[in-house]
Amino acid sequence: MNLVELKSPSKEIRQDHWGKILCYAATGVLLLLLLTMMYFVFSKGIRTFTVDGVKVWKFLTTSQWEPTSTTPKVGALALISTSFLTTILAAVIAAPIAIIIAIYVVVIDTKIGTKLIQPIVELLLGIPSVVYGFVGLTMLVPLIRRSFGGTGFGILAGMLILALMILPTITSLAIESLRGVDRSYWNFAYTLGGTTWQVITHVILKIAAPNLIIAVIYGIARAFGEALAVQMVIGNTIQMPINLLTPTATLTSKLTTDIGNTVAGTLANDALWSLALILLLMSLAFNLIAKRFAKRRVKS
Amino acid sequence: MKKQLVIGSLFLLGLTLLAGCGQQKTTSSTENTTKSTKVIAVGSTALQPLVEEAAKKFQTDHPKTSINVQGGGSGTGLSQVAQGAVTIGNSDIFAEASQGIDAKKIVDHQVAVVGMAPVVNPDTKVKNVSLAQLKQIFTGKITNWRELGGKDEKIVVVNRAAGSGTRATFEASVLKGAQAVKSQEQDSNGTVQQIVKSTPGAISYLAFSYFKSGIQPLAVDGVQPTAKNVATNRWQIWSYEHMYTQKKITSTTQKFIKYIQSSRFQDTIVKKLGYISIHDMEVVKDAHNQVSEK
Repeated sequence: MNLVELKSPSKEIRQDHWGKILCYAATGVLLLLLLTMMYFVFSKGIRTFTVDGVKVWKFLTTSQWEPTSTTPKVGALALISTSFLTTILAAVIAAPIAIIIAIYVVVIDTKIGTKLIQPIVELLLGIPSVVYGFVGLTMLVPLIRRSFGGTGFGILAGMLILALMILPTITSLAIESLRGVDRSYWNFAYTLGGTTWQVITHVILKIAAPNLIIAVIYGIARAFGEALAVQMVIGNTIQMPINLLTPTATLTSKLTTDIGNTVAGTLANDALWSLALILLLMSLAFNLIAKRFAKRRVKS
Repeated sequence: MKKQLVIGSLFLLGLTLLAGCGQQKTTSSTENTTKSTKVIAVGSTALQPLVEEAAKKFQTDHPKTSINVQGGGSGTGLSQVAQGAVTIGNSDIFAEASQGIDAKKIVDHQVAVVGMAPVVNPDTKVKNVSLAQLKQIFTGKITNWRELGGKDEKIVVVNRAAGSGTRATFEASVLKGAQAVKSQEQDSNGTVQQIVKSTPGAISYLAFSYFKSGIQPLAVDGVQPTAKNVATNRWQIWSYEHMYTQKKITSTTQKFIKYIQSSRFQDTIVKKLGYISIHDMEVVKDAHNQVSEK
């Protein structure tokens, strides 16, 4: 081996360098995507307030949405409250069922659970939302109309479709979090004479609780951002959600319905960007809340 | 230290990219007129199938050109072509009728006529209404089909998304400035079709090409919604399909639009896809909905 070879970096070192650069580049692209997207939505979303002169509190506290009329009004209260209401109701329905399914898969019958139930859950995860929406439109809406009257479109249809959609999301995350509970804890509890029920409620669920909450939050985040399926069944009428059968509209359904029909730079378009900004801020909030629970878990 | 350097340089890279995006927009309009045989048509989803079909045919005759057709909605089409970001902006409405568009900057090419009619759920048993009654339904003055000689059933109004071409046409011909009743809004023909078909008491409006079994098109003042009646303006709810361009366009773009407007294309594909040929029209309509003899 001569001196020149020793002075220049070896092939392996160069490989190492390239690997590092590749990693930085990939992470950089991700960071860049996030930053540009935030910049884009923020700069467009605040135009309603800075350029068109709509007051922020008015935007958030009124529910008249007539951006193209001669006296334009944009109030997002009805949209915001419907989004929250449908999402929370969907989570209330889906979360308990999801957690019970997860318990079945992880604790009660691992064999059927992993061989049958889990593949089903994964299959459901992959179904595109337009399919859920179509099922809702052709089966759920007529069913609600026949059973409760009205047109069938509304919060009830929206929340049921959303519950169906986030059920697999929460279930698969819940399965993972229950699997994460150390086997030795179960065995201790059994040794102490605990029944399966006691082991589940006092040990497994208690230890997995923070993770289960994260699972539900991710489910909620998905429901909040879901657009197409909800748009097809919610009725797209901008009014305050008075009862479960009122046809109404969510932030996302309004966005998908209108975005292509508005001209960039007009109030109608800017106001939609403001809705997108609210959605972005909400999903950030959901993520931060999930992070908080993740931290708490580490401490305990 | 190293980490900060990396993040810092990424930030700079991002900023230059962003700056680049901004610049491109202002210069692209001049570029489009001078070079390349690439045509990009963006906008109306109602017009999209027609333009796609035309692009397919045109490209087999002119293999060197590339025509890219995209949806996005009339509003998107108009604002993109006004900015010079695309070659052609497809629209269901006149640029003059759209807020925020400087119609003087772009040129209108009318490529087809589309007729629209109110449609109801057959179960209402109503087949004919007057124009005044139609207006009263959509402004919420008439709320039960019984008032129109139909079944005792609540009227469920299904409107189109505010700003959509179909709604603009319908409101211009029927509501004439009156405010529509607060109601359900849908943005696609397919969904409207589905909802009217399955909801008792539902009324909405659709382009002629979307009529099918299970929904009942209404005659207005005894006039049936047919292509023939549109041509003479006896049926008044119709509009043009527009392809807007910048003032200066390439010869390829010009040829493409000429091709779509040619009798050969109008009499075959345009009719096959359920539109009405511009050559069949005996009247013209301007941006303010004024109709005159051709």
